[in-house]
Amino acid sequence: MDVLERYESLVDDFDAFRAACERPLPSVVRVNTLKTTVERARAALDEADIAHEPVGWHDGLFALPEDQPGTNWPYVLGWIHGQEEVSAVPAAVLDPQPGERVWDACAAPGSKTTQLAALMEDRGLLVATDNNLGRISALRSNAERAGVTNVAVTHEDARNHSLKPFRAPESDEREGAPYDRALVDVPCSCEGTIRKNPDALDDWELDHVEGISGVQKGVLRRAIQTTREGGTVVYSTCTFAPEENEAVLDHALAEEACELVEFDLPLASTPGVTEWQDESFDDSVERAKRIYPHHNDTGGFFCAKLEVTAE
Amino acid sequence: MSDGNDGTQFDRLPATDDERVVDGRPTRSAVLEWWDERFGVSPETFDGHTFWERGSGKIWAFADDVASPVAVEGLGLAFLRTRREHWKPTLEAVQRFGDAADDCVIHLAREEAATFVAGDDQELDWDGDWGYLIVTTDVAGGSEPVGVGLYVHGELRSQVPKGRRREL
Repeated sequence: MDVLERYESLVDDFDAFRAACERPLPSVVRVNTLKTTVERARAALDEADIAHEPVGWHDGLFALPEDQPGTNWPYVLGWIHGQEEVSAVPAAVLDPQPGERVWDACAAPGSKTTQLAALMEDRGLLVATDNNLGRISALRSNAERAGVTNVAVTHEDARNHSLKPFRAPESDEREGAPYDRALVDVPCSCEGTIRKNPDALDDWELDHVEGISGVQKGVLRRAIQTTREGGTVVYSTCTFAPEENEAVLDHALAEEACELVEFDLPLASTPGVTEWQDESFDDSVERAKRIYPHHNDTGGFFCAKLEVTAE
Repeated sequence: MSDGNDGTQFDRLPATDDERVVDGRPTRSAVLEWWDERFGVSPETFDGHTFWERGSGKIWAFADDVASPVAVEGLGLAFLRTRREHWKPTLEAVQRFGDAADDCVIHLAREEAATFVAGDDQELDWDGDWGYLIVTTDVAGGSEPVGVGLYVHGELRSQVPKGRRREL
């Protein structure tokens, strides 16, 4: 079946959307500012004769039109990390500060984790959780290559995330203090990665979308529960399905003390949708942003910013 | 677990010998002294980090502090092996903290450094101490720590772990 057809009613220029989904994406790298500066990373790419172009909206992202990251000096030194352009959006929106307590709920393989650590200048506590040991191995390897020292990695189902390991030293607390910020970049049907993975939609099933939506709701709720009042939670996916995006937000708004807030994004996007098939969602889901491949010549993405409120 | 090492949890290193509970566990002061004596990395370099052991002799540096022990999969950066007679820093520790070193640092030309990163051993002249050295090379106009080499008998043996080796 043609999965993308189901979004024709949502997308502004459906032909342009279809055409963009057919085009492959270049490799993009993010400069790891824990180990170098953007200027020196550029100089190292020049020295290695690797063509690189800034992506425009983010100082530390470069497209490599002719190369893959991985076998060059800046990579060996942990100065650059391969990361799709739109995948750099949610950590930038979360905007963690040095010294804060931050949770990355679905962290492996660690592109966003290492970006969060860099934004925190490697200070404070960054808890990175995943439920898959093999992927945790990749997460740890990426965090170490990036030189991150403020990350604690946990292996658990994020829906049941425990704060117990993060009690203050010599304290009588039963669990650690709540987070200032949490990133909920959940596993999803990955429709928006079609330009990177042409077979991304081959195994698409509505049952899978609906099933994974339940997991997404559980992870987002746990993130809100473990974040302090006034703290920030960012929810993101790389998929177009409203079942995995606005429906998940709508559920969290109904069940947890939180609200969706406006945010700026230096990329073109459209608001979250309030109606999909037979369902309607809270009006405030319009504050979320849908990034379609034809908007900025990137992968597809969805991102929402929530503030935790009083019960 | 105060009676031994446990591979499933991290224990904060005791500050000094007086506070040691587990036999043979290195102290924070011994770790600081070792980086200073071996590589000239001053103890203040690690002021913002706590040190932890998971399993026997695997020491981690963590930028925050939590109640010890803690059962997690990772806590900061694995940065030192203390199990054998000669302590060995990890490649990641050297890349992260090695720019503060001024002793036992061997600077390689680009081609020699590429040989090192590929995991290959090479004959090189070196007037300093034998043992584990910090290997540096020039990248983008500055000297950068790349990894750890073992210098013995006129030969620099690459200690770059298999997963980090590259043919540059």
